[in-house]
Amino acid sequence: MSAIVESKLNPADAVYREVIPAGEPWIREIRKGQHFRIVDLGGNQAVDTLFYNAHDYSDRFSAQDTIREQRNIYLTTGTRLLSTAGTVLLTIVADTCGRHDTLGGACANESNMVRYAIEKRHMHACRSSFLKAVIDWDHGMSKRDITSNINFFMNVPVTPEGKLTFEDGISESGKYVEMRAETDVLALISNCPQLNNPCNGYDPTPVEILIWDSPEK
Amino acid sequence: MIESSILWEETVQPGATWSHVLKRGTALRMTDVAGGANAGAIFYNFECPTERFNMPDTLKAQHIARLTEGFVLYSDMGRVLCSIIEDTVGWHDPLAGCSNRAMIADRYGDARYQECRNDYYKNARDSFLVELGKWGLGPRDLVANVNFFSRVDVAADGAMSFHAGNSQPGSYIDLRADMNVLTIVNTCPHPLDPNPKYDPKPVHLSIRRVGTAGPDDPCRLSRPENERGFTLTERYFL
Repeated sequence: MSAIVESKLNPADAVYREVIPAGEPWIREIRKGQHFRIVDLGGNQAVDTLFYNAHDYSDRFSAQDTIREQRNIYLTTGTRLLSTAGTVLLTIVADTCGRHDTLGGACANESNMVRYAIEKRHMHACRSSFLKAVIDWDHGMSKRDITSNINFFMNVPVTPEGKLTFEDGISESGKYVEMRAETDVLALISNCPQLNNPCNGYDPTPVEILIWDSPEK
Repeated sequence: MIESSILWEETVQPGATWSHVLKRGTALRMTDVAGGANAGAIFYNFECPTERFNMPDTLKAQHIARLTEGFVLYSDMGRVLCSIIEDTVGWHDPLAGCSNRAMIADRYGDARYQECRNDYYKNARDSFLVELGKWGLGPRDLVANVNFFSRVDVAADGAMSFHAGNSQPGSYIDLRADMNVLTIVNTCPHPLDPNPKYDPKPVHLSIRRVGTAGPDDPCRLSRPENERGFTLTERYFL
């Protein structure tokens, strides 16, 4: 499933813009109706993303419910990002990359030790960024709130034989994905620092966030 | 593998729930007695349940999108919770998640306890949440689950489809606990089961001692990632 659709929104009209350097987290509330765009500035940058119902963080993005309900493992235009309680958190309304992952999860010091080498524990990883962000957000979130995330711009194919690999990305500099918040949400991003596999093209780069007020008024 | 006598056996009734802390070095055998069963399961390090089964870590460390013999279930802390030491089914589903109340009502209608007694319709999410509650855990602890005995195929374009007839009568899977693992299982229908009738199946359980993974353990040797995973697990217990 791949639906390349461009957005009609003009960055000059955005009410918020922020560049996230590689290896940094970002956390912010997005109000119902707002549009939220992530731009892959450098090309092939994995953007690990979690969403929560802003009024109940235990009602959070569910990878399994999202892919099952659309009967497809890849996220693209038209995908409804569902929560554990069945809430539609956001809808992807534009996508110039064409495919995003939600099976590859986020890197961590611990999973890096398994996947690459025990000596690589020190290498910076997304789940440390996620934890730092929720600690600083200071709303009582903890490791229990860190679950299976979306990887925007990442290419993780699954074969009919039941195998899975991290492939070279299909994204490019300037590609973006844009979502409409269907309810008030909390968005949490880690701009992935992983150097051990091609998810960032071995060169983690910054991404840009833009938020527009609802154009549907 | 050291064969050992069964410590006890029991049956999880259709649509029912079971939980137990599997002790390190014991194995849980789940048997699909009738064929076509689905056993949804979630796993936690009982000593610190913020450490729990992590579906993406399990898939990417082993480069798999299905579970069978020779593969392990990873926690989010780089440790092996359970190993699949034997499997006559061949494919278990880590992708499709679990049924919920709205889905069951939509698909099968209502069946309340008042009219149906213990055959009332149950869904996996509520079942997981209630059982988690008994252990002092809650919605923030509910994570991606495995569906044992079920198979979901993924096509080249990413399309997911339920694969009927995956599990034959009498087929079984053995899960060895490599830590002390809080294990929650229910036998609610698979969320993609096309059966127009609500018809969950029972699953037979048995527990026996099998010992911990030796140096030639097939799950340890199946790939270098798992060699490191077992090392980290063993260090945890030192």
